[in-house]
Amino acid sequence: MTKDKLKEMFSNSDWNSDTILEADKIISRIAKEHLGLDTYPNQFEIVTSEQMLDAYSLIGLPISYNHWKFGKDFVINKSKYKKGRMGLAYELVINSDPCISYNMEDNTTCLMLLVLAHAAYGHNHFFKNNYLFKQWTHADAIVDYMLFARDYVSKCEERYGYEAVEEVLDACHMIMNYGVDKYTKPQKISPKKERDRLKKRIEDERILVDDIWRTIPKGDKDSKDRVERFPKQPEENILYFIEKNSPNLKGWQRELIRIVRKTAQYFYPQGQTKVINEGCATFSHYEIINKMSDEGYLDEGFMMEFLHNHSNVIFQPGHDSQFYSGLNPYTLGFNIFNDLKRMSLNPTDEDKEWFPDIAGNKDWAGTFRYIVENFKDETFVLQYLSPKVIRDMRLFEITDNEDSRYYEITSIHNKNGYKQVRKSLSDTYNRSTYYPDIQVYDVDFDGDRTLTLNYTPINNKQIDSGNIDIIISNISRLWGFPVTLIESENAEDILSTTKGIF
Amino acid sequence: MGINIVDKRNNPKGKSSPNRQKLLKRISHKIKKAIPDIVKNNNVKDLTSSKKGVKIPVKGINEPQFGYDGKSGNKKRVHPGNKEYSPGDKVRKPPSGGEGGRGQKGSNDPTVSEDEFTITISREEFLDYFFDDLELPDMIKKHLNSVVDFKQKRAGFSNAGTPNRLNVVKSYKNSMSRQMATGIFFDKKIKEIEEKLKDKSLSSEQVDKLTKELDKYKKMKVSVNFMEEVDLQYNNFEKFPIPVTSAVMFCIMDVSASMGEREKDIAKRFFMLLYLFLTKQYERIEIVFIRHHTQAKEVDEDEFFNSRESGGTIVLPSLQMMDKIIEDRYSSDWNIYAAQASDGDVWNTNDALDCANILKDKLLKQIQYMIYIEIGRDRRSDLWEAYGVVSENKPNLKCGRINDNSEIWDVFKDFFKKRVAV
Repeated sequence: MTKDKLKEMFSNSDWNSDTILEADKIISRIAKEHLGLDTYPNQFEIVTSEQMLDAYSLIGLPISYNHWKFGKDFVINKSKYKKGRMGLAYELVINSDPCISYNMEDNTTCLMLLVLAHAAYGHNHFFKNNYLFKQWTHADAIVDYMLFARDYVSKCEERYGYEAVEEVLDACHMIMNYGVDKYTKPQKISPKKERDRLKKRIEDERILVDDIWRTIPKGDKDSKDRVERFPKQPEENILYFIEKNSPNLKGWQRELIRIVRKTAQYFYPQGQTKVINEGCATFSHYEIINKMSDEGYLDEGFMMEFLHNHSNVIFQPGHDSQFYSGLNPYTLGFNIFNDLKRMSLNPTDEDKEWFPDIAGNKDWAGTFRYIVENFKDETFVLQYLSPKVIRDMRLFEITDNEDSRYYEITSIHNKNGYKQVRKSLSDTYNRSTYYPDIQVYDVDFDGDRTLTLNYTPINNKQIDSGNIDIIISNISRLWGFPVTLIESENAEDILSTTKGIF
Repeated sequence: MGINIVDKRNNPKGKSSPNRQKLLKRISHKIKKAIPDIVKNNNVKDLTSSKKGVKIPVKGINEPQFGYDGKSGNKKRVHPGNKEYSPGDKVRKPPSGGEGGRGQKGSNDPTVSEDEFTITISREEFLDYFFDDLELPDMIKKHLNSVVDFKQKRAGFSNAGTPNRLNVVKSYKNSMSRQMATGIFFDKKIKEIEEKLKDKSLSSEQVDKLTKELDKYKKMKVSVNFMEEVDLQYNNFEKFPIPVTSAVMFCIMDVSASMGEREKDIAKRFFMLLYLFLTKQYERIEIVFIRHHTQAKEVDEDEFFNSRESGGTIVLPSLQMMDKIIEDRYSSDWNIYAAQASDGDVWNTNDALDCANILKDKLLKQIQYMIYIEIGRDRRSDLWEAYGVVSENKPNLKCGRINDNSEIWDVFKDFFKKRVAV
């Protein structure tokens, strides 16, 4: 098709599958040549608002086992949508291979091209290349795994009754955020290695024996500490620990725990990469569509509509606006990437001082790809939030101490403040800022098998006590024996316990 | 590789309906809890016509997670859009504490929280919840007794019967086959003899004998009866019980001056409930409205509830009228229910006794169930007393008293509560 024909096609706000096919040819070429994106094949699905609501309630899974909480989300979203209190996204994309994206049927041609560049190339590239996604998710297996999970859950319901299944799933969902590995677990060592290690230890002790140690008096504390805890190291993946170590669970119950755990793990990277992922996608669509326009495929009307939509996407109300609900990840991510491109091509002295590797390196696309591959929100902001972006967005830091009656403005967009604002903002993307650090601390295997969880407070923050007893008693139902939650490894400081129930 | 476009728009709807069913199960007790409110708040009226379904507010089905207490701890946050602040500026926290006052819900905040939402269920679903604990009066009785009608149904053939049920085709077929079967037998015999006669060495005596035999068989062959007793087949009929799937509901209300708007409203709600209940059980329901003061009159719904009359009260004519209507229109094939609402006023004690008698002797034998509700009266009325005596022996008469809207549901439930199986 000639350029003029294509231009005419894209300027018509009604689209058909040819429009998308033609646009995809151009966009995929630009994505590769201009940005160097490397993507999974795309499955571009056209859906109705009802189907989009379905997709919403599964929070980004293509399919899922049946559970009332998905039904609840659907009902809530639908009524919000019907009342006009919530708009639906133009697209919703799934980390799978092929990369599935749901696209609203009532999108205009301009919006279709935007979401094609945004989701089918921007997000798609991110899913395929970001280190967290590579490490923790299997894009090619997720659809099959969730199919298995759905069948398994429904078979369990048939065999053991839906109440029994729901009981396990409900309890698991409560601590779903504590069902993820953040680091790869070490391989179990073989019995032979273990024996060798023991031999070596005894040998070392023999060689190192020194009579002088015996003269040092033993403290009282020693005897107490000698009792070894189980697990030896605290375990942050509570669901994993229960699945592997709960004394009474049946096989199918362990499998259900595993399913929830696997699902949580699949979402783990997404929660850590909202800013950088949306930044990647927004930057991609902005670059791609502009390039299309430069090449003469798009007319002015199209570009007006595009810029209007783009500025809606990155709209950031100020902190004092009635529409303010926190930092918009699209805006922050896009601004950082866009500024990096600027400093790569037209660096200022400030850029050279702050980002000597990037300023003036001319390879903005390579820089972009490198960051997308190797960072998550926390590190992305800490490393690349530039003074210019802080100034442009007029970011400022407030300190909120529990015993003060005031919020204090501690840093603003000035020379003294840049680093502190950046550090502070980066910290808010740390997982422990929103999920309290609770780990498996000990199991009393000699006594009543009480499972002890330990909460380690950060910045003096306390756990919301409202739900705590319900959650602990549900964990206890999974564990099969009493569960106690303590604070700061202090056995006296009990936050909640089910002792006495049994 | 090119893009794969999948148009999902025509896929079947309701991908999330299993999840919805699970949600409904999960909140069923909450839905049931909301029912008295719905009855109270005038929604029952809409229910009888609403095609859209019923909206039910659901509260407190939350999904607890470990989280921080927002007020605790020492935190730093970053916000955009600084206009006037310099480092060291202080801003007083809002009195209730919390997250800077914005995004945090105050107690008067009209926005609905996540954990409080409205679920819309279809009318049928609603009725299931609505009447979950209830059942039609004497379910067992209904199964046996409501099967009041029988139908003759063809059920094969029989050898005995009256001539008018003779199945000609079937009998004729039998006859033909019998004739053919016997005919073949004689043919065989005749052939055999004829074969033998061909033998030239036979003596004349033998030939004579064989010829006689041949004649005999030939005669017998011709004389096979056209119809024999064994050929006759009659159509057979059996009686099949058929369940009656239509019902009629009589609403009888006292509209004399003593019944005020409030009392009528209560009665109306009660009738609605009963109607809803019956719609669940029967395919077709008719309603007959009879109102009475000193005279009884059959009216339409609008007039029944809305027009005012004055004067004294005689109850008996309404029951007589009901009896007559049953005889005229609903004498067979109908499940008959009746609900009578009154403030208990009667002309005199005799009227009450007459009513009781007509119920006892006539009406209660024909109808499935009769409910009498007495509205807004503390003192027991003559009618109540008289009915009370009847209901002691007739389990299909129930009496109840309602003084306030909020009691309607309880009284209704009491009438229809599931009986423990005996």
